[in-house]
Amino acid sequence: MTIAFILFIFTLLISVSVYFSRDDRVREGIVTAGSIVMMVLDVIFCVWAFGAVNDNTGYLVYLEPESSFVGIFNHVIIAGEIFLFLLISVLSIIHGKLYCIILAFMGTAPVLWLDFTGQAVENGPMLRFDSLTILMFLVVGLVGGLICIYSNGYMKDYHHHHTDVGKRPWFFQSMLFLFLAAMYGLISSDNISWMFFFWEITSTVSFLLIGYTRKEEAVTNSFRALWMNLLGGCGFTVAILYNTFVYKNGSLIELIGMGSDFKGVVIPVACLAFAAFTKSAQMPFSRWLLGAMVAPTPSSALLHSATMVKAGVYLLIRISPLMTGTLPGIMVTTVGGFTFFAASLLAISQSDGKKVLAYSTISNLGLITACAGVGKPAATWAAIMLLLFHAVSKSLMFLCVGAVENATGSRDIEDMHGLIVKMPKMAFVMTVAICGMFLAPFGMLVAKWAALKAYIDSNNVLLVIFLVFGSATTMFYWGKWLGKLFAVLHQSETLRDIIHKSEWYVMYMLTGLVITLCATFPFLGSIFIEPMLWVEFGYKAGQIISSDDVRVMLMMLIMIALMPVLAMFLIYNRKEKMTMSYMSGANAGDDRHFTDAFGGIRPSYLSNWYMEKMFGEKKILVLSLAVAAAFVVVLMILSVGTGIGGGFR
Amino acid sequence: MNNMVFMILIIAGYLILAPVAGFFLEGYDRVISSRLQRRMGPPFLQPVYDLIKLFEKQAIVVNNLETALVLGFTIFTIFSGCLFFAGGDILLVFFAFSLADMFLVLAASSANSPYSSLGSQREFVQMMAYEPMTLLTAIGFYMCCGSFNVSDIINQDVPAIVRTPGVFLGYCFILIIKLRKSPFDFSTSHHAHQEMVKGLTQDIAGNVLGILELGEIYEEVFLMTIVVLFFIWKNPLSYVLGIAVALLVFFIMIVVDNVFPRVKWEHMLVSSWGVTLSLAGSNFLILTMLKIARI
Repeated sequence: MTIAFILFIFTLLISVSVYFSRDDRVREGIVTAGSIVMMVLDVIFCVWAFGAVNDNTGYLVYLEPESSFVGIFNHVIIAGEIFLFLLISVLSIIHGKLYCIILAFMGTAPVLWLDFTGQAVENGPMLRFDSLTILMFLVVGLVGGLICIYSNGYMKDYHHHHTDVGKRPWFFQSMLFLFLAAMYGLISSDNISWMFFFWEITSTVSFLLIGYTRKEEAVTNSFRALWMNLLGGCGFTVAILYNTFVYKNGSLIELIGMGSDFKGVVIPVACLAFAAFTKSAQMPFSRWLLGAMVAPTPSSALLHSATMVKAGVYLLIRISPLMTGTLPGIMVTTVGGFTFFAASLLAISQSDGKKVLAYSTISNLGLITACAGVGKPAATWAAIMLLLFHAVSKSLMFLCVGAVENATGSRDIEDMHGLIVKMPKMAFVMTVAICGMFLAPFGMLVAKWAALKAYIDSNNVLLVIFLVFGSATTMFYWGKWLGKLFAVLHQSETLRDIIHKSEWYVMYMLTGLVITLCATFPFLGSIFIEPMLWVEFGYKAGQIISSDDVRVMLMMLIMIALMPVLAMFLIYNRKEKMTMSYMSGANAGDDRHFTDAFGGIRPSYLSNWYMEKMFGEKKILVLSLAVAAAFVVVLMILSVGTGIGGGFR
Repeated sequence: MNNMVFMILIIAGYLILAPVAGFFLEGYDRVISSRLQRRMGPPFLQPVYDLIKLFEKQAIVVNNLETALVLGFTIFTIFSGCLFFAGGDILLVFFAFSLADMFLVLAASSANSPYSSLGSQREFVQMMAYEPMTLLTAIGFYMCCGSFNVSDIINQDVPAIVRTPGVFLGYCFILIIKLRKSPFDFSTSHHAHQEMVKGLTQDIAGNVLGILELGEIYEEVFLMTIVVLFFIWKNPLSYVLGIAVALLVFFIMIVVDNVFPRVKWEHMLVSSWGVTLSLAGSNFLILTMLKIARI
């Protein structure tokens, strides 16, 4: 268990040393070496922890409340909370956003008060590891480490292109490591107050990274992210207070143990779900994630797609046994399902690559949220699978878009026209990532399929409708992006590859991870996810995807892999005539220009459809936010009301 | 082992008989359409002659990627059909079909010409319009038969149509889009009156086009088999009933094709989503209420 501790301290140390190494060479060396060591430690820990997990309870307890370490940690956490509060206050005063101080105070003060007056309850384990924690450790460590390595090359190019931005890459990279350490803390905590501390760190780090460029837009967006996350933090605080005073409980596992039949539990569950909504950018709190796209791409990949926003759904997955058929469960499934559909509609009208990715992230998080809210083992299985597949594929997508932006100067999807000719390797990596997001037989689709079955079995018609319509719109915006990449331009040349080698390694590694995940998901499910579900729910999920279907999907994977070979065989030694595409007139030398009626040569421009009139932000954003807000408000009031009155569930 | 042999026989039967059925449907379409338009029209076997002629032609291609993608479309269409007739999971069958469709649209995108590109965007919209209904069709079978497996669906005491008439009507509606019939033939059409030259398939020619047409024939047969599936229960005679209904539905499709002018894509999207929500959605609500009431 000391390994976990070493991993945590080591990541913190890297963060500090990166901050103080102002020389580029030295810093990049520390980042690369540190990330590799971190990933190795992470894997060692996971292997060890997997072996050490108690067979009876299904988890591993570290730091019982009696341990002398706990006192020291508590002091550190109190100091940390005060520091975070002061930091937020100072920055809010500088930028004149005083409401953030109020929100931060409302979130932090009650917890500090509990600590100082000694009323904080420590009854369960402080840290707890089960197979879900181990999976999250793998995601955070591996994806996080890779993104940190990628950030070396990226930040160099970024400052090369953005000369108007103050150069502080040490701060940026140091924050990435600090964030990773906080994530490790968050996923291993079982004590709710501890979890809350790490939760607040991730909010603050995200706020600092969004404001990295210090431009007006960045500052505005960072404060939007901050107040929404702080508001969620207040929800967390209410849950802590309620737990402390009503149940004399401060541990998550004890809370889960109360079971969904226990009526009073709806209040803490609803409050935690509210906190999760803000962190996972569910509607109506989705706008901060769009704004977060102004930050340099590694932070979008790490915080705003792969890990930080996953903290919210992670919490929901943890408490999902408490949501079976309860009002908070209805709130979570409705808001999640609605967000999945509405965000995927909104993604259609976007042409900025990062915005599409942001909306798609919101949408997929909605799907995970909806799965967690069902509160059945099969649905939670789907939620965890979605979380895994999404973390890997989406971070890869972000890294690709970032690399394309540095290489071509644009991240607009329209400018990726013909990427297969201009940057063939990039087009391949992107194709794998996009297919991983929505197409059979790749990852996300498998999970979506399991989700669909779970929704049907729980008789939730509304969710089924959201899911089928949402997958149709999802297919549309990914499909047209894929179509852009695939356009073959004649007489076009490959661009010079100016992407750093280290960036390529990282992207290839992630591509490998996507493919490995697709091939090994049944194994992952039975080794990691099912034991954890059995512990949390107390009964087995039953067969989720039959072995016949898995075999068929493997067959499809192999067929897709063989496609190029087969096509080569077909094309080889065939006397066919190569020609230009039909331009509905005379082609002027290539298939991008044609001769018009006056004999002049005109360029043609092929655009994707964005359907502004139907799905534009102006048309439906406010409406969807209002609908989601109504869902949240009404169901929160109902949940709290039932919790107090103990009436209908 | 016996089961395995039986399955292989069925798949082989599908591979051989599906084109026969497909050519029958195509010929039937051509003859009825010409009668509706008061003209002589081509002979019944014209689609066969057309395809043979296509395969004899030299391929004129704009790029090799397109050829590979068209091949992907046909292979995956046939594969999905095999999966269906082998009694596989119907949801997976639909997923495999959308993968095949994706290959086709990407082939058109790769051609990089105005009409192909427009055709591919329109095909994406068409896919978006019919996708919810196809998934709901699969779910409809699951709700009344308790299984996604085709082998279980055909062994019920009552046919699926009894419990899912709304789903059936919704499916028939999106069948117009899937079979590329007017008023919803945006991306490409079988008729000469297509507004975008040939849209989706415009830069595909010769034997590559032949491969594509073959894939579409397999797809057509599969789509009509779903109609049959609604009417099948344990009784072997039900297959006759199913096929009769399928032929009737196909006839109605031809009439619709000849009667209605093409509408705008907005109209297609809104109407097909509306039909999906109102017919299939209400059907599901009722089924779920019954299910909950029974418990």
